Amino acid sequence: MRVYLDNAATTPLDQEVVTAMTDVLSNYYGNPSAQHAIGRTAKGILEIARRNVAELINAKSSEIFFTSGGTEADNIVIRSAVTDLGVKNIITSPTEHHAVLHTAEEMNEKGMAVLHFVNINEKGEIDLENLEFLASKYPESLISIMHANNEIGTLSNLKTISAIAKKYHCIFHSDTVQTMGHYKIDVEELGIDFLVCSAHKFNGPKGTGFLYIKNIHKLKPMITGGGQEKNLRAGTENLHGIVGLAKALEISNKILDEKRKKIQSLKNLMINLIKEKIPQIGFNGLITENESLYTVLNVSVPPSPIGDMLLFKLDIEGVCASGGSACSSGSNKGSHVLAAIKHPEDRTGLRFSFGKFTTEKDIRFAVDKLQKILSE
Amino acid sequence: MLKLPIYLDNNATTKPDPQVVEAMLPYFTEFYGNAASRNHSFGWKAEEAVDYARQQVADLINANSKEIIFTSGATESNNLAIKGVFEMYREKGNHIITVNIEHKAVLDTCRHLEKMGAEVTYLKPSIDGLVSIEQIKNAIKPETILITVMYANNEIGCINPIKEIGELAHQNNILFHTDATQAIGKIPVDVIADNIDLASFSGHKIYGPKGIGALYVRRKNPRVKVTSQIDGGGHERGMRSGTLNVTGIVGLGKACEIAGKQMAEESQRLSKLRDKLEAELLKLEETYLNGSITKRLPHVSNISFKYIEGEGLMMGVKDIAVSSGSACTSASLEPSYVLKNLGLDDELAHSSLRFGLGRFTTEEEIDYTIEHVKTAVTKLREMSPLWEMFKEGIDLKTVEWTEH
Repeated sequence: MRVYLDNAATTPLDQEVVTAMTDVLSNYYGNPSAQHAIGRTAKGILEIARRNVAELINAKSSEIFFTSGGTEADNIVIRSAVTDLGVKNIITSPTEHHAVLHTAEEMNEKGMAVLHFVNINEKGEIDLENLEFLASKYPESLISIMHANNEIGTLSNLKTISAIAKKYHCIFHSDTVQTMGHYKIDVEELGIDFLVCSAHKFNGPKGTGFLYIKNIHKLKPMITGGGQEKNLRAGTENLHGIVGLAKALEISNKILDEKRKKIQSLKNLMINLIKEKIPQIGFNGLITENESLYTVLNVSVPPSPIGDMLLFKLDIEGVCASGGSACSSGSNKGSHVLAAIKHPEDRTGLRFSFGKFTTEKDIRFAVDKLQKILSE
Repeated sequence: MLKLPIYLDNNATTKPDPQVVEAMLPYFTEFYGNAASRNHSFGWKAEEAVDYARQQVADLINANSKEIIFTSGATESNNLAIKGVFEMYREKGNHIITVNIEHKAVLDTCRHLEKMGAEVTYLKPSIDGLVSIEQIKNAIKPETILITVMYANNEIGCINPIKEIGELAHQNNILFHTDATQAIGKIPVDVIADNIDLASFSGHKIYGPKGIGALYVRRKNPRVKVTSQIDGGGHERGMRSGTLNVTGIVGLGKACEIAGKQMAEESQRLSKLRDKLEAELLKLEETYLNGSITKRLPHVSNISFKYIEGEGLMMGVKDIAVSSGSACTSASLEPSYVLKNLGLDDELAHSSLRFGLGRFTTEEEIDYTIEHVKTAVTKLREMSPLWEMFKEGIDLKTVEWTEH
């Protein structure tokens, strides 16, 4: 048996999504910029997908820009806010994804903007008072705060942050890669300026995502060329990927409540089983239902001789989990998120992340194996 | 039985080969791991597939697999190559040499860099679309850090003297980038023999999927580095962050493998069909071929039908999917800047069609195309007052038009 509990890294595709994409790959291969019928058909498919995506997050079609994924979209926001919107200060959290963090750091290093980190507590929660202080001190900043942390799952209240941003004329961007397709997201209600999406986090394809840009902002392209995506993002559109994204988001939004209930109960089960069977294990980040992403559970394993071999041993036993973000799992550096919440270095952080195909059996199996390995 | 419309726009995009689609499918559902997940078998399986594809891609252009950086497509590759070199080698100099009929992804990027302090020389090609070594030699300055010249042009298909340009670049310690999007998979491209330092290309021009491309970055003699344009997880040896598009990469790898196997035979078959089409169409009066006839891709023909507007002609041959310029700029009704920069007047540039044959093009389709284009041209000209005047021997250039 092999159980996949690394859904925050990537997810298996829905069969319906694959079918929709295969249809495009095999039958609608035109270049959406071509003038002839085959091209115009492709353009039609592209714009329908855009409209569907826009409706699902209560945006306008003209506010949706397809990209190659969340990382590219985050890069566009941070870079363009500085170069095109006159942002001089960036306020963000030390627990952001590297797509935000490294780009903001680069802007800081090049002297193009000054980077300010908001205080966070040991659960990864944003200190809102400190955020308001920074926003008041540096009005008209870019505030970039992720909706849910990809490693520990702690959620931020976007509405509250949005209100702070408005009060001090800041631009508000949220990396919603881990929550899009898992929560109802309504850009109007949030009053947000930018958010990003990556399809492969909710049973869609890799290599495609989108950036929402509130229509008051006009950005210049980061990738220059043919003027696609209303001149924001050049390059022939990844039509099958975009169709797959739209389909995956549509399916996700249809089953939102049902999926959330199911996965939340699996997460609760895992928390309870761990508490009961492996009480020496602690939990990183918040684990309460409304303050924590229901697809992620990060646990803290006490120092043991197994140490670094834990994930390897879990894999041998058939449990696929992760030490943190997949994006940096190749490096030897520890998780910057765990470091930021002052997780003791001698303990091991483990991330289990769930998806709609996860079962109760998977959870019980994983806890059993974890218990077995730790008692060896 | 002939299936309409006939697709002759294979320079804009190609239909994915069924073998490519088949190769991609398991990586959607079965082997769906994140190639950066180093801790479990789903991740390893994905990484293994990526490594295999990287080798397939490298083999097609005689590169080392470590020299292949995956991107979202050729436009991104061109951006990464040119901006990345400019940022990385800024201290060495700020001068870039290119040609004014390059793809927009190169030209717009160069224009962007001019705002950032770059000096760019835009060479004007000869009427056949080619640049000469002399032209480039004369443009080189001590500050030159990059020469970027496309392997083959996307609108007229002409092939530049790449090997010689690369040699010249290396003699002068200048990096050489080529947008090889239209050439790779169609004609032999050998990054070693051709002295190429950086080469951009994409999957969807070679019967692979859209949304995936690659940049070749030379690792030896010289070792080339580019500053990343998309930051994050540090994927692709730090040059391009973002979760790898595993299915796309598998598709690109397969497409490269097939292209490599079929190239010799396929280019012969296509050039035969292309020549037949071209010879027949050029029999029409006042019809001209654009670009070099000898140094040219085997599957492209760009023809101007004087006294007819390209758009009108496209409507006249609705059953045939062709283009009147590059797809990326065809949304505007401006005549092709490529043809204009070759020295064609607006009128002739406006009346041009690009025929791009491909792997699935049949002789029957070419015969149909010949017949229908001929009929449409004749019919449109019968309705054209300009044609009438031309037939009456009036030199249109001497006519003084009055505005109404």
